[in-house]
Amino acid sequence: MGLSLDASIALVAIAPFVAALLAPFIHSLAGRYSAWILALVPAGIFMLLIRLGETVIGGGTLTAAIDWVPAYGLTLGFFVDGLSLVFALTIAGVGTLILLYAGAYLRGHPHLGRFYAYILAFMGAMLGLVLADSMLALFLFWEATSVTSFLLIGFDHSRQAARRAAIQALVITNIGGMALLVGVILLQHVGGTWLLSELRDMGEVARGSGLYGVLLALFLLAAFTKSAQFPFHFWLPNAMEAPTPVSAFLHSATMVQAGVYLLLRMTPVLGGTPVWTGLLLGFGGVTLIWGALAALRETDLKQMLAQTTIGSLGLLVVLIGLATEAAIAGAVLYFIAHACYKAGLFMVAGAVDHGAGTREINALGGLADKMPVTFIGAALAVLSMLGLPLTLGYFAKEEMYLAVTGGDFGMLAVLLVLVIGNALLAGVGLIVMIRPFLGDVVETPKAVHEAPIAMLAGPILLGGVGVVLGLLPDWLGHDVLAQAGSAILGQGIESHLSLALDITSPLLWLSAITWLAAILVFQKGHVIRAVLRRFNAVLPSADRMFDLVMFGLIRFAAAVTRALHHGRLEYYLALLFMCLTLALFLPMLMLGGFDWMVPTADLGDWSKRLVLPALELHEWGVVLLAVLGLLAVLIAQSRLVAILSLGIQGTALALIFLLFGAPDLAFTQLMVEILSVVILTIVMTNLKLDARDHRPFEDWARDGTIAVVCGAGLSLLLMLVLSGTLDDRLAEFFTRTSVPIAHGANIVNVILVDYRGFDTLGEISVVIGAGIAILALLRRRKPGSEAR
Amino acid sequence: MNTLLFRTAAPLIVATMLVFSVYICLRGHNEPGGGFIGGLIAASAIAVYGMAAGVPAVRRALKLDPMAIAGAGVLLAGVSGLLSLFIEAPFLTSIWLYLDLGETVVPLSTPLFFDIGVYLTVFGTLSAVALALESDSEEDL
Repeated sequence: MGLSLDASIALVAIAPFVAALLAPFIHSLAGRYSAWILALVPAGIFMLLIRLGETVIGGGTLTAAIDWVPAYGLTLGFFVDGLSLVFALTIAGVGTLILLYAGAYLRGHPHLGRFYAYILAFMGAMLGLVLADSMLALFLFWEATSVTSFLLIGFDHSRQAARRAAIQALVITNIGGMALLVGVILLQHVGGTWLLSELRDMGEVARGSGLYGVLLALFLLAAFTKSAQFPFHFWLPNAMEAPTPVSAFLHSATMVQAGVYLLLRMTPVLGGTPVWTGLLLGFGGVTLIWGALAALRETDLKQMLAQTTIGSLGLLVVLIGLATEAAIAGAVLYFIAHACYKAGLFMVAGAVDHGAGTREINALGGLADKMPVTFIGAALAVLSMLGLPLTLGYFAKEEMYLAVTGGDFGMLAVLLVLVIGNALLAGVGLIVMIRPFLGDVVETPKAVHEAPIAMLAGPILLGGVGVVLGLLPDWLGHDVLAQAGSAILGQGIESHLSLALDITSPLLWLSAITWLAAILVFQKGHVIRAVLRRFNAVLPSADRMFDLVMFGLIRFAAAVTRALHHGRLEYYLALLFMCLTLALFLPMLMLGGFDWMVPTADLGDWSKRLVLPALELHEWGVVLLAVLGLLAVLIAQSRLVAILSLGIQGTALALIFLLFGAPDLAFTQLMVEILSVVILTIVMTNLKLDARDHRPFEDWARDGTIAVVCGAGLSLLLMLVLSGTLDDRLAEFFTRTSVPIAHGANIVNVILVDYRGFDTLGEISVVIGAGIAILALLRRRKPGSEAR
Repeated sequence: MNTLLFRTAAPLIVATMLVFSVYICLRGHNEPGGGFIGGLIAASAIAVYGMAAGVPAVRRALKLDPMAIAGAGVLLAGVSGLLSLFIEAPFLTSIWLYLDLGETVVPLSTPLFFDIGVYLTVFGTLSAVALALESDSEEDL
């Protein structure tokens, strides 16, 4: 492999997107083999990451940066340390198996090529997220995961439930996305850098800053919405509308873990304070118990797994909140163990659905005979979920119990929550493993058959990983925990993982209590379910609240639209000119434009200050013409006369421009006047208005007031502008350079087409846009005019 | 409006205005004028002709849809700005070319084409609006 390290990192982040673009074509060429071909991409990424891992274990972090907007000092930076490597390896590894699984699960689906594209793009976004160095890149990938997961959850877009779930997930996670954007900008403001690799060592600055509370709130909101923490948990079970491979990927190793990643990443920056610990323990603890209980309430395999995912996410948040060495070790191990067994179990659920035609545990039983391999996969996963010795889940559980024993009374409460949560989750695991597979054979909608090999590879391999890693405590301790720990806590975590079972250790007894409680939960599963369902019926559901809020939002938008878009031209105009008046007067008031009106000591005699301007006779003539035109507008009885009189006034204005040396302006003003008169006349005749303008006194007074105030404001503004000293550097520049560098003597035109050509390009685009809008309006009016 | 006098004089007025508008547009870089004002004059001419001869006649005479002319104008202005990319200068940098035709030197430049683009845009858009307003029947739209 001759690739440089930089190129490898960039390749990891970019390759999935390229593959996503090509996926539909590869699928139409390779047909049923396309999944195997496309799975090479994440598999290759996995191998590349392993190679990068050698460097990371050697004690280094790798960075690669591509200049993005150099003018603002923005780079699209990537870096690899222990933490990002753990996440990236999990994503790529699980992703490989998911692709294979999806190929078999969705075989023959008309949009399979599109599905590959979505899921590869999602994987790329996830990998970019965990590898990003610049916080802006992190945010970008964060939003990319929201968008691609929206596409994946709503993949079955012909079903209303799928569309609703997709929109719900998008709305909830985007609330967090907005918070994250503000958060990273504030953090850059505080820390002075966009780079996570630099912020990592600047925790004191962020924690000591006055903005710490705001920062914490924003980042926690982002992480909690993404990771489905209570009270934002409800989008996750709904997202089960997605095809099973999507659920297996999104809700085990990716999407929802993005929030966990963010929290881990922010631990050295924002973590460790009492507020941090309190909030994370509180929300995480509630989420853990809530999710575990909700799982027991369900009877659909996928729904049960989804709810346990919520519980597991709560558990991870609790561990991150503790932020001690053992807690972080527990979190990292639990993340890996959970990704393996949860992805495996989701795939098992899909295989059961595929093989037996239902996912209802009450309608399933005794599948183990017909689906032995699937059963082995499920059993391997649940062993790790239970945390039996010799599995990865065991070490995760040991570490988390170690983190909370030996503390004060508060820690005891946390310990209690953890034990109860673990026991409930393990109980669900037992139900998922035993109910469908063992016991009496139940008649199922489909004749039961074993799943194809591509669908079995995932559960077996992932279950195997959960066990094999449990056999390698030394490797886990040194190569995984030490590296991830140094990335999160700034110091390596001492490994004390051991295969030996110490009977005297309280940890083992806690584990034993957990297992016993889990068996109890399994035994009494149906009783607990009945009780929970009764409770659930009276509890307000966050899901319904979401609907109410969304419905309210739409109603509100409709009300605002009706209020602003009422279709009465006269009110539109009145509103426009009132806004113009405000825009004129507010700045003048605030910038002290009326100070000259305040009487001062040397006021003197007003009559001496009011002197007639020295104008030539013809200039007086033009002014008189303008005034006459204006008066004629006011006293005109018919609309046509008023329009023409307005034209007279405008023409007089054009003459004034001409007299004072602005021939271009005069020209334009004249043509604009002519066209306005013509167009206004035509519009008036087309609208079939009354030839005379009758309005009631109130209208007359209202319009008159607005007109006078608006005119006064404009005049005042002009006078203020002219009374100051004009900065003529720009004018001087244009006069001096117009001929030498722009080859034109008419400065106005040179400015329009050369110096400020870009502005003009924008303006003519506006002209044509307005023209199209006018034509569209006229076209709409014509057919309907007779109907009215 | 449709007096005999007006209908007879209109073609003459319109022709003069159109020629004048081109003249105004082309001389704009050194003397009063330019694409915007030229376009306004030409659009006024079209409006006048529409009143005198009726909208269908104007549309026949124009051959092209006025909005298409406007679109071509924006395109021309944009493309004239893109030309500077060939000399690795920023967008809209002016390029000047002096064509020596023996007796006289004709200065060609990208701002000239830009200005013609402005002319076409203003002319096309305002003509389209004016004609749409002047037309009585639906099929003219």
